[in-house]
Amino acid sequence: MNYELVCGLETHIELATKTKIFCSCTTEFGGEPNTHCCPICIGLPGTLPKLNKNVVEYAIMAGLATYCEISPISKMDRKNYVYPDLPKAYQISQYDMPLCKNGYIALSNGRKIRITRIHIEEDAGKLVHQRGNTYVDYNRGGVPLIEIVSEPDIRSIDEAKEYLEKLQMIMRYIGVSDCKMQEGSLRCDVNISVRPKGTEKLGTRTEIKNMNSFTHMTKAMEYEINRQIDLLESGEKVIQETRRYNESTGCTESMRGKEDANDYRYFREPDLVTIQVSDEDIQKIKERLPEPPEVKLERYTKEYGLSDADADLIIKYNKISKYFETASKDVKKPKVVANCIIGQIFSRLDGDGAKENFDINVTPENLNALVKLLDEGKIKMNLLKATLEKMLDTGKAPNELISEKDMGGVDPDKLKAVCEEAIAENPRAVSDYLGGKEKALKAILGAVMKATRGRADAVEAEKLLAQLIKK
Amino acid sequence: MDSQIKKLSELMASKQISCVELTQKYIDAIENENNKINAYVNQTPDAAIEAAKRVDEKIASGETLLPLEGIPMTLKDNISTKGIETTCCSNILKNYYPIYNATVWETLKRQNAVLLGKTNMDEFAMGSSSETSCFGGALNPHDFSRVAGGSSGGVASAVGGNLAVYGLGSDTGGSIRQPASFCGLVGLKPTYGAVSRFGLIAYASSFDQIGPITTNVEDTALVYDAISVYDDKDSTCRGRVNEPVCKSLKNSIKGMKIGIAKEYFDGIRDDVNSAVQNAIKIYESLGAEIVYFDMPSLKYSLPVYYILACAEASSNLGRYDGIRYGYKTPHYSDRDEMVCKTRSEGFGKEVKRRILLGTYVLSAGYYDAYYKKAQNLRGTLVNAFDDAFTKCDTILAPTVPMTAFPLNFTAKDAVETYLTDICTVPVNIAGLPAVSIPCGFDNAGLPIGMQLIGNRFCESTILNAAYQYENAVGEKAFKSANMGVNLS
Repeated sequence: MNYELVCGLETHIELATKTKIFCSCTTEFGGEPNTHCCPICIGLPGTLPKLNKNVVEYAIMAGLATYCEISPISKMDRKNYVYPDLPKAYQISQYDMPLCKNGYIALSNGRKIRITRIHIEEDAGKLVHQRGNTYVDYNRGGVPLIEIVSEPDIRSIDEAKEYLEKLQMIMRYIGVSDCKMQEGSLRCDVNISVRPKGTEKLGTRTEIKNMNSFTHMTKAMEYEINRQIDLLESGEKVIQETRRYNESTGCTESMRGKEDANDYRYFREPDLVTIQVSDEDIQKIKERLPEPPEVKLERYTKEYGLSDADADLIIKYNKISKYFETASKDVKKPKVVANCIIGQIFSRLDGDGAKENFDINVTPENLNALVKLLDEGKIKMNLLKATLEKMLDTGKAPNELISEKDMGGVDPDKLKAVCEEAIAENPRAVSDYLGGKEKALKAILGAVMKATRGRADAVEAEKLLAQLIKK
Repeated sequence: MDSQIKKLSELMASKQISCVELTQKYIDAIENENNKINAYVNQTPDAAIEAAKRVDEKIASGETLLPLEGIPMTLKDNISTKGIETTCCSNILKNYYPIYNATVWETLKRQNAVLLGKTNMDEFAMGSSSETSCFGGALNPHDFSRVAGGSSGGVASAVGGNLAVYGLGSDTGGSIRQPASFCGLVGLKPTYGAVSRFGLIAYASSFDQIGPITTNVEDTALVYDAISVYDDKDSTCRGRVNEPVCKSLKNSIKGMKIGIAKEYFDGIRDDVNSAVQNAIKIYESLGAEIVYFDMPSLKYSLPVYYILACAEASSNLGRYDGIRYGYKTPHYSDRDEMVCKTRSEGFGKEVKRRILLGTYVLSAGYYDAYYKKAQNLRGTLVNAFDDAFTKCDTILAPTVPMTAFPLNFTAKDAVETYLTDICTVPVNIAGLPAVSIPCGFDNAGLPIGMQLIGNRFCESTILNAAYQYENAVGEKAFKSANMGVNLS
C-alpha cells in the first residue's frame, strides 16, 4: 500500500532582543555559567516578572512576516512542571490566547503550510553533566522564545525541510532571530503520522522532540515514517507518544507515552497584566518591517539583473543582502558584485554559521570601488579577481593594491611588443597553430599574460596574436 | 488616639529624645519581653542603631525629618530584606538571606526607617493564628493565652505589645485586618495594585497586598502614603492614584453613605454584632447616612478564595526544591528523591494541605469544576461590589465573627478555621481596600474590630471614616497592652 505523510512542526525560536523576556539580563549566548542572571530570572522568592516590550514587538514582526492575525488582546499563562532547569517550577508562556494566529508559509510547489499560532514564552536554563555531577546553568533561563505551531499540512520530508528553511530565512531576514540550530536558537519538534494515500482519516501521531539540525530532522523523519508504515503493514498500531532521535543509532526511541504526559495545570499568570496591541501599534511595526523576501527576490532579479538562484543565495542572509546592496551602489553590472560574493567570498566561508556571520576583510565600500574600476574600463576581470583575493587576505582598499600603472591595462604599443616577443619565443606553438591547431594559440596567450602579470586584456591579446602570426 | 509617629518625630526633632535612645528603648524591650509574646523571630539591633545614628546626624545638622524617619518599626518575615534572613516562618526557607530588598523596604529604608527585626507569621502566610509558624505562634499582648491572629500575627503582636511603633504585614485573605482586630489595632489592606508586591514572598499573587498595622488611624495613613508608590518592577502596581490620604482624614463625613450588607452579619457572635451596631449609631450621630442592602453573592467568597488562592499558592511554592537556596534534605539518592524529601520535610502541614488543594483544583478533569468556576464567581463578586458602590461610599462590616482565638484552636479543624475568614476574604477577591479598626471589647476584655471597605483606590474615604469614628469615641475603644515601651 502507498502511504502518505501527515506532519506538523512546532518550532522554538530564540528572539534576538538584547535583554531577557522578564528582566534586564543580557541574552548573549555562552558566558561563564550563571553570570547572565539576576534575582528575577533565577526566580528568587518575591521577585516578579516584567514583560519586555521588545519581545512583544519581535513576536508581532514574526507574525506579520508569516501573514498571521495579531491578537488585540492576549495574556501570559503559567505552565507548571518540575525540572531543575526551571527555577520557578513554572514556565511563563501563553496558553489559550496567543499573540499571533492563523498565518502561513508558502512553499515553492505552491502549497501553503498553515501556521496555527505563534506565542511568546521564556526559555529554561540548562543542565550540565560533569564528573558524575549535574550542574545547572541559568544563563539561558528567561531568554525570550517564540513557539510557532504549524497545522499538519506537511506531506513530505522535503516540504518539512523547506518549511523550516523558509521559516529560518524569514526570521533572520526580519532580524528577530539568528536562528542558529547549532546554538539552539532554532529548535524543532516534529509531529508525524502516516495514512494510506487517498484516505482522509488521520493516523495516530508521534512527536519527535528537539531536532537540532536539518540533517537529523531528515534522518529522524525518514526513520519514523518507515517505522510507522512497518507497524501498520504488520497489522500493529502506532502508539501516541513522545520520541527522541538517537544520533548514534539513527533511530527514534520512545521517551514517554500519552498516559505519562505532564499535566501542566495552566492558569493565568497573575503577576502580569493583559497584553494589548492597538492597530496603531501594528501599523508602526509594519512600517519598520523589511520588505518580504519574495518582494526582495523580484527586485533583485529585475533591478539588479540577478538570476533567481543567485538572488536566493544572497537574500538568505540578511547581512549579506545588506552588504550586496551597499557594494552594488551605482555599479553598472551588479551581477559582478553578486558573482564576487557567491564565488570568491563564499569559498572562504565554510558552512551556514560563517555565512550568517559574514565576517570578511573587505568592506562593501571597497568591493564597490573595485567593481567600479571594472565598469570604468580601468581594470579587466582577471585583475579584479586577483585584487579581490588580495583584498580578502589583507583587508586593504583596491587603490592600495592596484597602482596607476596597472590601471588601464597595457598600452597597445607595449602589448604589440610583448606579443611579438611571445611569438618569437614559441616557434613550436606558432607552427602548430598555423598547422590548424587553434588551441596552440592559448599557450602563446599564456606567455603574454604572464609577461604582463595578468594586466593585458586576454580577448584583445588573442586577436592581436592571431593577426601577428597570420601576417 | 493621636499619631504616635508624629509625636515621636516631634520629640526627636525637638531633641527631647535622640533616635538612638528611642531605638535602644525598643531594643531593650524586645530583649526583655519578646519571650512573652514571640512576636519577633529575628532581631536586627545593630542595623537599627546604625539607622538611628544616621537620623541623629540629620537632626544635629538641622535637617527636617521625613514623616517616617527614625521611627522604630518591623516587617513581616515574608518581606525580602537584603542580607537579613527572611524565612516566611518556614523550615524550608531557614538560612535564606535575600540578595535584594523588597520595594517597600527599599522605600522605607531611604526614609531611614529603623528596622527592629522581622516578625512572626503563619508559614507562608497560610493560617489565621500564626501558629503554623515554624517558630511557634505569636501571642496576643492583651491575653497571653490567646493568639495574636494571623497570618501577620507577629506584626500585630509587636505593635500591640509596644515592641514597635508600626509594622508592615501582608493581607491575602485578611492577614492584616484579622490580627489587627484581635490585638486592638488599626490594619489597612490597600487596593490591589496600590503598594508594590516586589519582594513580598508570594502566597497568592492576585490577592496579596502589603499594608500597615498601627495603633491609630493617622499612623496608618502616614505609612500608607509612604509606601503607595508606583513601582516599575511590579506590573500590577499603579501606586496611589489620588492625593495623600493624610490630607483628607479630618474631612467631615456628613452625608457620607455607609453601606450595610446583611450577609456580613450572618453567624457573627452577639457581642461582636452589638459592638458594630454601636459603631453604626456613632456614624449616624456624625451625620453619615446608613444604607442597607443585600449582597447574596458574598456566600461564594470562601470557596472562591480558597480555590483560587490555593491554586496560585501551589504554583508559587513549586520553586522550593532545595537546589538553589533554603533547606535541603541531608539524605537522598537521586534528584527526585531530593526534591520530594526536601519539600516533605521543609513544609508544614497547612502549607502542604493548600499545595495539594491547589494542585487538585488546577488538574485536568477538575479545572472546569473548580478553578474555572471560581474564576467566574470572582467576576460575580467584583460586579456585586461595583454595584454596591453605586449605593454607598463605604461598606461597614465586622472584621472577624469573633475575638482572638484561644491557643491551638486552629489546629483542631482546618475548615472551621477557614470559616472565620468569612468577613475578610471578599475584599481580596475584589481587590478592594479595607481598614480594620477597634470598636470595643468583649466580656473577657479582648478587642473587637470592624472594617470599612472602600471602592478601588478610595483609601482616603475609608481612612477618613475610620479617623472620624476614632476621634468620636476617643480612648474608649482603645487599650494599650501592659508591656513594652511606654511612650506616655
